[in-house]
Amino acid sequence: MTALTHINKIVALLCAMSLINLFHVAIAGEMKDAGTSAHENKIEIKDFAFNPKTLTVKSGEKVTWINRDEEPHTIVSVEKQFKKSTALDTDQGFTITAGAPGTYNYFCSVHPKMTGTIVVEK
Amino acid sequence: MSDYISHDHEHDGIDRRGFLHCMAWAGTGLLWTISGGVLASRTLAEIAKAGGSLPAATDLSFLQISDSHIGFSKEANKDVTETFKIALDRINAMPTPPSFLIHTGDITQLSKPEEFDTFDEVLKSCRTKDVFYVPGEHDVLNDGEKLYRERYLKSVEAKGAGWYSFNKNGVHFIGLVNVLNLQAGGLGQLGDDQLEWLEDDVKGLGADTPIVVFAHIPLWAVYPQWGWGTSDSERALGYLKRFGSVTVLNGHIHQVLQKVEGNVTFHTAMSTAFPQPAPGTAPSPGPMKVPAEQLRSLLGLTSVDYKQGKTALAVVDSNLS
Repeated sequence: MTALTHINKIVALLCAMSLINLFHVAIAGEMKDAGTSAHENKIEIKDFAFNPKTLTVKSGEKVTWINRDEEPHTIVSVEKQFKKSTALDTDQGFTITAGAPGTYNYFCSVHPKMTGTIVVEK
Repeated sequence: MSDYISHDHEHDGIDRRGFLHCMAWAGTGLLWTISGGVLASRTLAEIAKAGGSLPAATDLSFLQISDSHIGFSKEANKDVTETFKIALDRINAMPTPPSFLIHTGDITQLSKPEEFDTFDEVLKSCRTKDVFYVPGEHDVLNDGEKLYRERYLKSVEAKGAGWYSFNKNGVHFIGLVNVLNLQAGGLGQLGDDQLEWLEDDVKGLGADTPIVVFAHIPLWAVYPQWGWGTSDSERALGYLKRFGSVTVLNGHIHQVLQKVEGNVTFHTAMSTAFPQPAPGTAPSPGPMKVPAEQLRSLLGLTSVDYKQGKTALAVVDSNLS
């Protein structure tokens, strides 16, 4: 009987531990998701246009352009405020980290009619 | 300055027959109304079929090829190298080879060395060896400008960003660059340096000298909403106003369009790679997907003939089907 009690205790302990682990995993998952979404600032390039045309982000956040056209496009800061991208082929992306608060106008140097703006807030 | 977003991570007379041939052209309906002009309109296919030669009085004939986009492999044409080869085969099949070729840009899709290599390799099969180039925006991406200059300006005395002129059979040819240093929200652009050079380049020429200007982006406002135009082309054309015959050959828009304004004939060529939509008929000017059996009817090249003593140059487009 004493032996069974011990086994029960061990089983109970293992169950408790696994529950705690599950709980931890769940919390970690939630935290990770929350973290990622805060930094997901995507600009899709489609039909020779930046979408959204104006994007507001917080300083320090990442901004990623992705080219969905069958035509190469570039991202070039009008005032040379950030490093320009290379020519992005279909499905290629380009990421920057938003710096100081301000308004950042950019365009595609291959198709200069394509323009966009990033507003960086504190 | 800390005030920035830091980076980073990545184209004979106007006899009835000729005119009708011309109008039959794949719906392009070229209308030639050049004053005092004599136009010949024969398709490459017709020349090949007749086994004949170009009219004896033709002093100069050259061909324009454009927008080969080597490296493009999307649905609109998965084998642009093959269609480029077919275009060269058509040139090689001409009983009288053209004196030279003009390539009006977008040799490659992405300015990659291997794309330029492929183009150069395939071009070796062409009987006509002299080729004059102007760059397209696709040829000067990233470090492409350097590659383009190294490879395609060797036989000319290029100035500035790669513009130049030369004379053939009394015709003055001018190759212009309008794909560099483009400004946000703008169109194609020649820039002050090039315009000053142009003014000077044509200064000493008699008004009866036929002028051929070639550049990638159209030098007329085809459809500015799609960037199909050149912001400072008016100034360039101003310097050419006094000439009796000016022919402007462009690419970029992958379709034949023509406009006549006074003594100036504007003409855009088909691509050898893929068609693009007619101005404003699609959400964007991107590659146009057509049924496979139609593709070659929308790709092609342009033949230009000049007869000494006649003002006008005959511009004839033919497709690859």
